[in-house]
Amino acid sequence: MIFNFIFGRKQHRNTTARALADLQVGEHAIVRELELDQPVAEHLMNLGFVPGLEVSVERSGPGGDPRVYRVEGTEVAMRRELSRHIQVSLVGAPAFGD
Amino acid sequence: MTCHPVARPEDETIATTYRAVAVVGPPNSGKTTLYNRLTGLRQKVGNFPGVTVEHHIGYVRDQMVEEIALIDLPGIYSLTPKSEDERVAVEVLQGKMPGMPRPDAVIVVLNSNNLNSHLVLAARVIALGLPTLVLLNMADELHKQNGAVDVLRLARELGTPVALVSAATGFGLEAVTNFLASSSPVPEPLELPVIGNTRSVREWAVRVGENANYRQPATPVWTKRLDNIFLHRTWGPIIFLAVVIAVFQMIFVAGKPLQDLIQGLLDSTGAWIGQAMPDGLLRSMLINGVWKGVGSVVVFLPQILLLFLVIGILEDSGYLARAAVIADRTMSRVGLNGKSFIPLLSAYACAVPAIMATRTIESKRDRIATILIAPFMTCSARLPVYTMVIAAFLPSRSLLGPFLNTRAAAMLGLYVLGFLMAVLTARLLKSTVLRSKDTPFILEMPPYRWPRLASLSLRLVDRGKAFLYRAGTVIMVVSLLLWAATNFPMHNGQPPAIQDSVVASVGHAIEPVIRPLGFDWKIGVGLVTSLAAREVIIATLGTINGIDVSVHEFDLQTALRHELSLPGAVALLVFFAFAMQCMSTLAVVRRETNGWKWPAAQFAYMTVVAYVCAFAAYRVTEHFIR
Repeated sequence: MIFNFIFGRKQHRNTTARALADLQVGEHAIVRELELDQPVAEHLMNLGFVPGLEVSVERSGPGGDPRVYRVEGTEVAMRRELSRHIQVSLVGAPAFGD
Repeated sequence: MTCHPVARPEDETIATTYRAVAVVGPPNSGKTTLYNRLTGLRQKVGNFPGVTVEHHIGYVRDQMVEEIALIDLPGIYSLTPKSEDERVAVEVLQGKMPGMPRPDAVIVVLNSNNLNSHLVLAARVIALGLPTLVLLNMADELHKQNGAVDVLRLARELGTPVALVSAATGFGLEAVTNFLASSSPVPEPLELPVIGNTRSVREWAVRVGENANYRQPATPVWTKRLDNIFLHRTWGPIIFLAVVIAVFQMIFVAGKPLQDLIQGLLDSTGAWIGQAMPDGLLRSMLINGVWKGVGSVVVFLPQILLLFLVIGILEDSGYLARAAVIADRTMSRVGLNGKSFIPLLSAYACAVPAIMATRTIESKRDRIATILIAPFMTCSARLPVYTMVIAAFLPSRSLLGPFLNTRAAAMLGLYVLGFLMAVLTARLLKSTVLRSKDTPFILEMPPYRWPRLASLSLRLVDRGKAFLYRAGTVIMVVSLLLWAATNFPMHNGQPPAIQDSVVASVGHAIEPVIRPLGFDWKIGVGLVTSLAAREVIIATLGTINGIDVSVHEFDLQTALRHELSLPGAVALLVFFAFAMQCMSTLAVVRRETNGWKWPAAQFAYMTVVAYVCAFAAYRVTEHFIR
């Protein structure tokens, strides 16, 4: 299992940074930031959308929305409208740089 | 043993000699299955005061022949009291919930397949300082999918007993009995980062998991395969439609005959009791008041149980979450989410089970919105009224060859009318009082599983009991009131003809109000009695006109044509499409929302809508036939 916790590091916006909604099915990324109200962000973190953890786009529902994401331990469906507010950076590219 | 059967003065629900143990766990941890396994039928449902959150209290007997009350708390992810569920859980665990003893111990149920997420909740519960047992549930799936965890190491990390169990198979459950029977030390204050945010607790959980050699199981391959089909671009919606039609057919085709069977049984037993008793007021009250009341409650049971059986199978197998994903796109246009679909669909059979089925909707606001619009769906009780009125006023003529005649078209139009009003109301609610920016559609997708008969049947019994006890009492009271209204005032010890009864006075009293809709006092009486159930208006109009409806249906149609003008008939149809003419629904809404606020608002809203639209329909029709 991959537990890439990046605590206490400066989070740079780089070329690999994008919203979860922009990922294609099958792509993996690291959760950066949840730009959402506290209760929603808290709920998502309880499900596994924690900054530093991996997320991937598992599949797309019929019609392309909602989509199903895989986080560690479970799969979660949400609408694009929500996943636009989750900032991620692609796995493979330098996740953080100093 | 630190178990002290202390008498608590505030303790009313649970006898003072019992020890109380709270059961807490995240959603999808199999907590309910475990709870049912432990307590079986020895449990009762209640509502926490002032909130819609429901709780169960069940009893287990340990070897010491001491009864222990198990308090089932709502499924929660954390103890930050943000949602109503979490606030209730925190208050119970801290002993601040009125009428609830402070638990002497806590059982935390986690899904062993998702330990790193679920340990976050365990950390927060352990930090409360009560003796705690941590259960890692779904051990069978963990082993099957090649996952592993060192229970002893985890117990050392957490400072509490830990057991790997499977509520579904019963594996390892002796750990619970042992925990309940023997004393458990209060956990040493661990260095748990409880004050920290979710992120740091999660970091701690991962570290603990690593120390306990936790190996996350793989996703079951069948889940992926089935999702490839059930969420497929084309097959997904087709299968969804097939399931929807099957559910609908099940309630209508299988539910209706069962309902008729029960109705027949009730009628014949009623007649049998009637023969055994001397004629008089008591007999009339027993048969037409009490027995009819019992009947109007019991008659809903087949549909409720059937619907819950089907929904239970869909939910336990994991398909319900997929169905919600597929329905979500359409439902989002109305401002609701995919989870409202199945309840709204079942409202076409009957609003009562539909409203009870809204429990699968987690968001409180969406749930209330669904409850409020469900009675607009054309339920089966409206059909006899529609059929009668349409047959009386609309000549049957072919519209589309053999496919559609005028009467079927009118019926279809009424279905569409109800649906449109539901959509309109949903939009109205979601943009005003029930606006919910804060509860977006987020849905955990459980793996597919075989539904288990034991857990299904327990839930059926639970729902059936909840309906009979909580809604049944209200329905009984209203039935008796209606009986009294039709049987008083007495003349020389004889009940009056319906024209002279209290209910007729009510009909006369409301006549000025309903006159603009083209209704006379007789229809008014029908509107009052149809509160018991919509189709009762037919029998009432029959009684007033002295016609036995079951034998002389045509006579009633003729009578209707005398009573109502064509605009009045259209108004009556529109009124029935929109009005909340159903005390059973109101009783269930009260039970599900735990108060009279929502049912009262719903009754007022639907009556106003029905009145205004019926008036408009009357005027428009009048204008066109001139």
